[in-house]
Amino acid sequence: MATTFEEFKSRAEAVSAEVHRFSAKDEARAFILEFLKESGVSDAPHCGAVWAAGSFLEGASKDDLKAKVPGLRFEVTQQASADSKVGISQLDWAISATGTLVQDATAVDKRLVSTLPSIHVALLGTERILADMGSVLEQLRPEQLNYISFITGPSRTADIERVLTIGVHGPERLIIVAVDEFQEVTA
Amino acid sequence: MTTQFKDSIETALHNSNLAGALGRFSEAYRISRAKAYEGIDFEALRNRIAEIKSSASSNFEALAEQFKQSAEARGAKVFRTADPEQVKRYILDLALEKGVKRVVKSKSMASEEIHLSLEKAGIEVDETDLGEWIIQLAHQTPSHMVMPAIHLTKEEVAEVFSQEVEPGQAPDIPKLVKFARGKLRPKFLQADMGITGANIAVAETGSLVIVTNEGNARLVSTLPKIHVAIVGIEKLVAMLKDIQPILTALPRSATCQLLTSYVSIISGAAPNIDGTPKELHIILMDNHRSDMAKDPLFKQALQCIRCATCLNVCPVFRLVGGHVFGKTYTGGIGTILTAWFDGLQKAEDIQGLCIQCGGCVAVCPGKIDIPGLILELRRRLVVEKGQSMAMKAIFGVVNNRRLFHFMLRMASVTQKPFTSGRFIRHLPLFLSDITDSRSLPAVATFPLRDTIKKIDQSKGKEKVAFYAGCLIDFCYPEMGESLVKILNKAGIEVIFPEAQTCCGAPARYNGAYEVAAGNARDNIKALLETDVSYVVSACPTCTVALKHDFIETFKSLGVTDAMAEAGKLAAKAIDFATLIRKLVDEGRLTLKEGEDLGKITYHDSCHLKRTLKASKAPRDLLQQAGHEIAEMVECDTCCGMAGSYSIKLPEISAPILARKLKHIKETGASKVVMDCPGCVMQLRGGLDKDGAPIRAEHTVESLANRFK
Repeated sequence: MATTFEEFKSRAEAVSAEVHRFSAKDEARAFILEFLKESGVSDAPHCGAVWAAGSFLEGASKDDLKAKVPGLRFEVTQQASADSKVGISQLDWAISATGTLVQDATAVDKRLVSTLPSIHVALLGTERILADMGSVLEQLRPEQLNYISFITGPSRTADIERVLTIGVHGPERLIIVAVDEFQEVTA
Repeated sequence: MTTQFKDSIETALHNSNLAGALGRFSEAYRISRAKAYEGIDFEALRNRIAEIKSSASSNFEALAEQFKQSAEARGAKVFRTADPEQVKRYILDLALEKGVKRVVKSKSMASEEIHLSLEKAGIEVDETDLGEWIIQLAHQTPSHMVMPAIHLTKEEVAEVFSQEVEPGQAPDIPKLVKFARGKLRPKFLQADMGITGANIAVAETGSLVIVTNEGNARLVSTLPKIHVAIVGIEKLVAMLKDIQPILTALPRSATCQLLTSYVSIISGAAPNIDGTPKELHIILMDNHRSDMAKDPLFKQALQCIRCATCLNVCPVFRLVGGHVFGKTYTGGIGTILTAWFDGLQKAEDIQGLCIQCGGCVAVCPGKIDIPGLILELRRRLVVEKGQSMAMKAIFGVVNNRRLFHFMLRMASVTQKPFTSGRFIRHLPLFLSDITDSRSLPAVATFPLRDTIKKIDQSKGKEKVAFYAGCLIDFCYPEMGESLVKILNKAGIEVIFPEAQTCCGAPARYNGAYEVAAGNARDNIKALLETDVSYVVSACPTCTVALKHDFIETFKSLGVTDAMAEAGKLAAKAIDFATLIRKLVDEGRLTLKEGEDLGKITYHDSCHLKRTLKASKAPRDLLQQAGHEIAEMVECDTCCGMAGSYSIKLPEISAPILARKLKHIKETGASKVVMDCPGCVMQLRGGLDKDGAPIRAEHTVESLANRFK
């Protein structure tokens, strides 16, 4: 596990993602709240944050979180996402060989929060990191899932003079928050 | 070639932005690609891809039907058609029926292929891939399959944005990208319809796989309530697991990434923002793809995954860019696709751009023999339209050995007014292009077929036949004399079958297969007459002719009676360096020891490296002889000679030569050595014009006096 995570982290960082690891869920939550504040999330226009539903939020008081960070919303709409600085969603798998996150993105709110805001915070259970694409494809059931997203680093282009530029239509920052005791704390 | 086409080449060659951008890119690309493939068995990977795609194209009908059923079971509508007009009609009818006012598109080459245009119906359409958007605003067409706007500088992009969108944009790349994001965002949010292509379509699950870096395809397929995907049927694969090898190769080959930022797998109708299911229309378009699948030779072109590697490594593409190739598909594979999708005649001019160096073959993840297929296009064009009068006259001569050799002998006399030493430095009138950037070798006073008789060879018990080829025979007989000298040291007697004639490569590479077959028959007869252990040649193009092309030409023409003999000759044919290396390994030849012959650089000739796979043997021999080899950048890139190419398209051959000379000079070596007399002619002539104090010679000359 340790080596898989280390490989994942170095591959993800090589494509400009930022990777943080926490052993417990409450530590990860504290980090996210702090990050939102530091990023200037507030109830001012275009400064919001949207958080798409996922098991990480089970047991947490959304009202409590909203009180701590004004501007944070859990009702994900196109407008709210377009107006937000930060989008938060939970990912289902990761690939260490390429630093890739994989998500069942059939629920449209998961796609909205990871495409429209300029920062995407991606929550991931550390044990969901698999070695390669083949291992993830074995887990995937496209016959059940309408939309599967593979995300490797932030949005990028090299269309002008081949100069790499981060952040075109999608997020310009991808913050990966890996949590070791994901399931345990949820239970 | 049409004047219009020649003009478009001229324009491209004079566009210094284009040449600069593509030149720098092609050099960086090789290095980044190699890095991206670290730890990957590329041969195994591309064999897998070729297998997957080839089996798919054998089963288009079944896979298309299975795809339709799977996708429709998941709420998509699938429309199959062979006709591009039907595709356009379907989309327009749908847009009108649903009251669509605004469309956002992510990159789709299929939509470009059919010239989809909804604007005439009053619908606003915006490309969202940054490069495609720039091209759309500039009213141009893409110049590269993966990087559509690579021919534009940031200054030009800023000007396009200032003129077409909002005045005052500065040529600052991050700012230009931000500007595009800001201007396209409301278009995504307001669009009623999104149009995408797809990189893969999985029959088993009815899934579309879409690969992007910018994230535009995710928005296009998520925000508007209607999603239309235009998919060429060659994108079909049978199983979900088949996507893995393609997704392993595509980003590595296309953009030198381990994986693109985004890969979306869309299987049926995902929910819209308001909870309704997406209206997903998938158009499976044929447009001659199943005709290709039925052609035993061209079926393999359907193994293409559109990575554009064949553009990136092409010594011609990096000079002329994509626009000379036409509107949609560019480069080597583009030439083939254009011939099928738009008709063979549309490819008549552009097929001539292929220099046949084979550089793309080794790196194609679809394992497609692109130059081989372009040669086949050339052959079919000649069959359909006939050879030009000039070509006919030339080949009429080549096919008559006595006349051909008589004319070459005459040339040694008639060239006199133009020669200085052993060079022709200037030719008059329309021929002057040929001697603009390099001098030509003068035809020797006495050809090898005369001088070889004067060499005193002891009658050895082993005989080897020497196939000289026209250049060594008539221009560089001293190369042949050196070869005889070396083989004599191994106790081998070299015989020179008098009736040998042109190897047929010039005819074959110009599509005149009947002429090539005539040359092949004459040579087979001449070379198999005496019982010899090898037929050796010091010209890789000739060796390839003896070993491969005679057989291939017969195959193409359906000639069967000469096949067995051609096979016999192929088994005996060997290139000079490989034979000598063998003799050294067997202890029959020994190099002198302790020599310090100084620094040289080695140029890999296209046919020797890529068809005969002999890049190590000459280097080993030269090093064992006492040379230090300083490798040049792109040592295996074509020198621009390529037979008659340098005469037909001297304006392209010259800059290829110039780049080669630059790389040679950068090594600081005093000598550049190679194994092909054609390359010697090109490089020796180029260095003569350039005035650089560097000698170009054949390995046979470098080794002539190096054996005990």
